[in-house]
Amino acid sequence: MIPVAALLQLANPQQPPTGGGVFLVATVLKMIVVFTVYMIGAALLTLAERKISAWIQNRHGPNRVGGRGGWLQPAADGVKNFMKEETYPEAAYKPLFVLAPILAFIPALVTWAVIPFGAPLPTRWGRIEMVVADLPVGFLFVLAISSLGVYGIVLAGWASNNKYALLGGLRSSAQMISYEISLGMSTIPVLLLAGNVTLNSIVKQQAYGGWNVVNLTLAFFIFLVAAFAETNRLPFDLPEAESELIAGYHTEYSAMKFSLFPISEYANMITASAMMVTLFFGGWDVPFTGRDNIGPYSVWLTLLSVAIFFAKLLFFLFFYIWIRWTLPRFRYDQLMSLGWKFMLPLALAYIVIIATALLILEAAGIQRGAMHSSILAAMNMALVVIVFAILDRGRIISPAYGRMGGARLARMRGLASRSPLASRAND
Amino acid sequence: MAITVKVLDRPIEDVSYIRATIKGMVLTFKHLLDTKVTVQYPEQKWQISPRWRGTHRMLTTETGKAKCVACGLCPTVCPANCIKLIPGEDEEGNRYPLVFEIDEFRCIFCGYCQEVCPEEAIHMGRHYENSEYSRAGFVYDLERLTAQTHPVCEMWDPDDARGE
Repeated sequence: MIPVAALLQLANPQQPPTGGGVFLVATVLKMIVVFTVYMIGAALLTLAERKISAWIQNRHGPNRVGGRGGWLQPAADGVKNFMKEETYPEAAYKPLFVLAPILAFIPALVTWAVIPFGAPLPTRWGRIEMVVADLPVGFLFVLAISSLGVYGIVLAGWASNNKYALLGGLRSSAQMISYEISLGMSTIPVLLLAGNVTLNSIVKQQAYGGWNVVNLTLAFFIFLVAAFAETNRLPFDLPEAESELIAGYHTEYSAMKFSLFPISEYANMITASAMMVTLFFGGWDVPFTGRDNIGPYSVWLTLLSVAIFFAKLLFFLFFYIWIRWTLPRFRYDQLMSLGWKFMLPLALAYIVIIATALLILEAAGIQRGAMHSSILAAMNMALVVIVFAILDRGRIISPAYGRMGGARLARMRGLASRSPLASRAND
Repeated sequence: MAITVKVLDRPIEDVSYIRATIKGMVLTFKHLLDTKVTVQYPEQKWQISPRWRGTHRMLTTETGKAKCVACGLCPTVCPANCIKLIPGEDEEGNRYPLVFEIDEFRCIFCGYCQEVCPEEAIHMGRHYENSEYSRAGFVYDLERLTAQTHPVCEMWDPDDARGE
């Protein structure tokens, strides 16, 4: 029985954080809990993906292992993967071949350490932040670690010594490097608003000034698309394009080494969803109330905010799967042109616009608050209409060939008819 | 760049990627909530057509003997040459099959044997679960053919061409 009344009395936003031994115990506990939830979540996500894909295709999905819901399907998959034969291609470079799945897996796990998933928990010994490591550079840490994930994929492609695997690895490196820039740039407006890179302060700023998705929709859009590309999910799954590259970078892998790649993909999905929630959907902020950011903190608020956080997280995970079974894969040139010719200029322009707007608002003497937020939201609405309704005319995803005007087309036809190939055809 | 590719100026609905995406997502979401069409196979079985042509069945008389009179029409008409028939004759002069074997692997399930049979003895079966542990298991002898109990195929009736 938890002494709820006693805990409620301890609720106090000014309560100092825990120190010493309690901090150590609390951190270890949080690590264990987060790791367990995270791994079970990744496993259940494989089931969710199969279920939702089945439903979208008017099927039932896995429903044999563990009752009608097929709840034990991930466990059955895990057992199967452990019992399969580990194969090593003759020509593979063994050390990197073994290391690559681990390198893909670890960054996906590490990122979660800095994501706040609930309001601070007040206890008798002090305030416990609902984040494994409350890093002052939280956001930069996420960017740094998430860009490490590409090494696992590239090394897997190279060490396999297989042309398809190598192509997959190459594509992945090109894709991830291209989209990382847009990903980073799209978050600059968020940081401009928050004035801080700590994820907790970004959450608090949103709790106070409205969710960033309302004020910075374009940044959210760029982040969303770039996050899809970063996690190699459809429509950006070119590194493992089945129809072209067999299975891309993990063609030569078997058993649990293979399984680590999908697990890290799902883990990355969870992390990217958590980042979207934290940066643009208020993190653990309870919607439609202002109470959570002024305190007092209580056990109930912590529980509620954790639940809210996970509800938002689940929505984005569903969104990932939903998009996967809606959109076909991009062509490689479309991927590159979207990244470099649309997203990056848009992100850069957006930074300039938001920075200017913030400076103007400051110069006009408008304080952070309802007025500030509503001006930003109104400007945002105008920008959304301009970009999505007026600019979106075959420019977001363009065809491979350029649009040719009548005069240029006639000139090209003239050139073609004068070529030796054409005259030979006429003879 | 292909120089002869003609680029049409399409209407905005066709070239707006955002609109197309949202349209597609609405469609997939509708399917998500739609009724599922899968037949849950081992528990729930598909209602097969009365004209389904599956593995054969030999009908028997009231005394339990095969109706076959070893006339030899079915091995003659069989396009896959999968019926092996050796006729025999008893003391009263009644012909009966000494050996009647159908190789279900060679059979193309055309149904000619059933159509040609004057005694309505050999029939195609309305049946599709035919697994065996060996290839030899698919050569059905007379005993196997008479022992089958599944319903038999109703042949197509030219007078009622659209009927079942």
